[in-house]
Amino acid sequence: MVFDSLAQVPERDTGASDQCVAEDGFCPQWIVDNFGDYVQPLLDHTYLTVVTVVIGFAIAFSLAILAHRQRWLTGPIIGFTGALYTIPSIAAFFLLLPITGRGNTTALVALVAYTLLIIFRNVTTGLRAVPAETVDAAQGMGLTDRQVLWRVELPLALPEILAGVRIATTTTVGLVALAYLAGGDGLGRQIDAQITFKSNVALAGGLCVLLAAVLDLIILGVQRRATPWMRAAS
Amino acid sequence: MTEDQTVPSEKPTEGAHQAATLEFREATKLYPGQDDPAVDHLSLEVPAGEICVLVGPSGCGKTTAMRMVNRMIDITEGDILLDGESVKDRKPSDLRREIGYAIQQIGLFPHLTISDNIGTVPKLLGWDKGRIAERVDELLELVSLDPHETRDRYPAQLSGGQRQRVGVARALAVDPPLMLMDEPFGAIDPINRERLQNEFLRLQREIHKTVVFVTHDIDEAIKIGDKIAVLQKGGKLAQFASPAELLMYPASSFVEDFVGSDRALKRLALQRVRDIDLWKPAKLRVGEPTRDAQAKIDDSDVPVPLLVDEHGRPMGWLSERALSGERVEAHLRSKAEPVLEMDDILRDALADLLTGETRYGPVIDAQGRVRGVLSLEVISNFLQEPPTESRSGADLVREER
Repeated sequence: MVFDSLAQVPERDTGASDQCVAEDGFCPQWIVDNFGDYVQPLLDHTYLTVVTVVIGFAIAFSLAILAHRQRWLTGPIIGFTGALYTIPSIAAFFLLLPITGRGNTTALVALVAYTLLIIFRNVTTGLRAVPAETVDAAQGMGLTDRQVLWRVELPLALPEILAGVRIATTTTVGLVALAYLAGGDGLGRQIDAQITFKSNVALAGGLCVLLAAVLDLIILGVQRRATPWMRAAS
Repeated sequence: MTEDQTVPSEKPTEGAHQAATLEFREATKLYPGQDDPAVDHLSLEVPAGEICVLVGPSGCGKTTAMRMVNRMIDITEGDILLDGESVKDRKPSDLRREIGYAIQQIGLFPHLTISDNIGTVPKLLGWDKGRIAERVDELLELVSLDPHETRDRYPAQLSGGQRQRVGVARALAVDPPLMLMDEPFGAIDPINRERLQNEFLRLQREIHKTVVFVTHDIDEAIKIGDKIAVLQKGGKLAQFASPAELLMYPASSFVEDFVGSDRALKRLALQRVRDIDLWKPAKLRVGEPTRDAQAKIDDSDVPVPLLVDEHGRPMGWLSERALSGERVEAHLRSKAEPVLEMDDILRDALADLLTGETRYGPVIDAQGRVRGVLSLEVISNFLQEPPTESRSGADLVREER
């Protein structure tokens, strides 16, 4: 082990681990030894994130399709989801506590609310960016409105839609870290438990960042696989 | 029009060249909140297998009229009949699948390969994969694209002209009896446009569709149309006639202005040299007795004798000195240029004469033999005659093979 991060405490270089822990320092050996305790919180964190984004996507996507058919709904929906977006998460948790009680449900409701604006906006933007002549050709060839939507408009809006899902996912990973305030699971509880212990904060925080990066890469991979035509422009 | 059998490579498919008759019957479109209709009681009939061009200045309702046919725009009043049946009785999506649709911006689906683009309507109609693949290759060949190179590419990987061809192929996918084309060559540069127009006319010679073709370009209309409907502002039909009739007898000052002051010249674009009565020249050979030559000259329409070789090919215009002896000698006043061909378009032949600064041009046949002489007088006489038959640019291309 090379303890170069411990440069600030060079005099304790033998049997440093205990000493390091005692001083709430950044202790790689401690991290290696205690990593097992963080696996379940990481899984909980992942679960909460994925469930939030899936539910958020289902709601926001449906709203976007509705607004695509009834244009006048776009403004009110942006207004409403925008208002939800501005509520501080802590406030939202406490507002929900009397209704949904402490636990993951409360956390989920609030977290889902935050994803709506991002996803809704990206889906509607993506649908609007579909060239008018492409839609005209599709209708002129005899595709029904539903076929135009699913076979032409949504595939063409996909890059924009998935870009929204990526932003929403990354944001949600960060917000799930606050779910413990509502009694939810996740790495946030772990951070809060020993918030002055650098090793703990670094490990739990690092896992959050790692999780966000991995999820982002997965969605990016899906996007690249689903839109081979994007790379065809030569 | 003779049914063409000279191109065996393009085998007929799918209901073998079906075409529908189309009739606008007092068709009117009035947009809500507007006082004047966009299309005003439009009545015209397009026989099966003919190209009807809707032409007019912008805002004349030509595109609106076309889009009423497949109900992309609803008909306010009157009716449009396809093979005698009202389009209003049909479910729009079903109706549209039976009508080819090609627009200026093409509207290919960027996320689908060329073969999936062309196969869109066949897939909607539930064709099996093998049949679609076969049809795609056949159509790509029909529009002069290499199936192996093209079918798996995306639209972004093709040039503008290639995309336009794919657009036409896609419109033809299920061999529709009617094609709607809205300025399909409008966004193409002039050189390629000319080529695509010729290709399209050749294609039409093979497929014999009923076509409604919208353009704002009167030259394109004259070239493409069997019949031309000139529309004026407010969606009123100003004239419906063959290209030659339109040029010869514009029905109103509006049509006259619209076809342009060079309409006489445009008529020349509708004729070939072989179509008009050429002058008979005195064809002389070297060594021929002068007496015989003089008789030939007296019998000819051209004052200057033409020297030809033993095969009857033009050598040049003879000078007076050539006839001064007992026998014809090879004294040329000038070379026999330009030499015109029977198949030349009259307008091009005239241009050649003017460029050559000459009044006469010998016309040769495929073997190079002189068949007559085209003169400025012949052309000028032709322009004063009424059109004997209704001809169109489409006829010219059809005759080409």
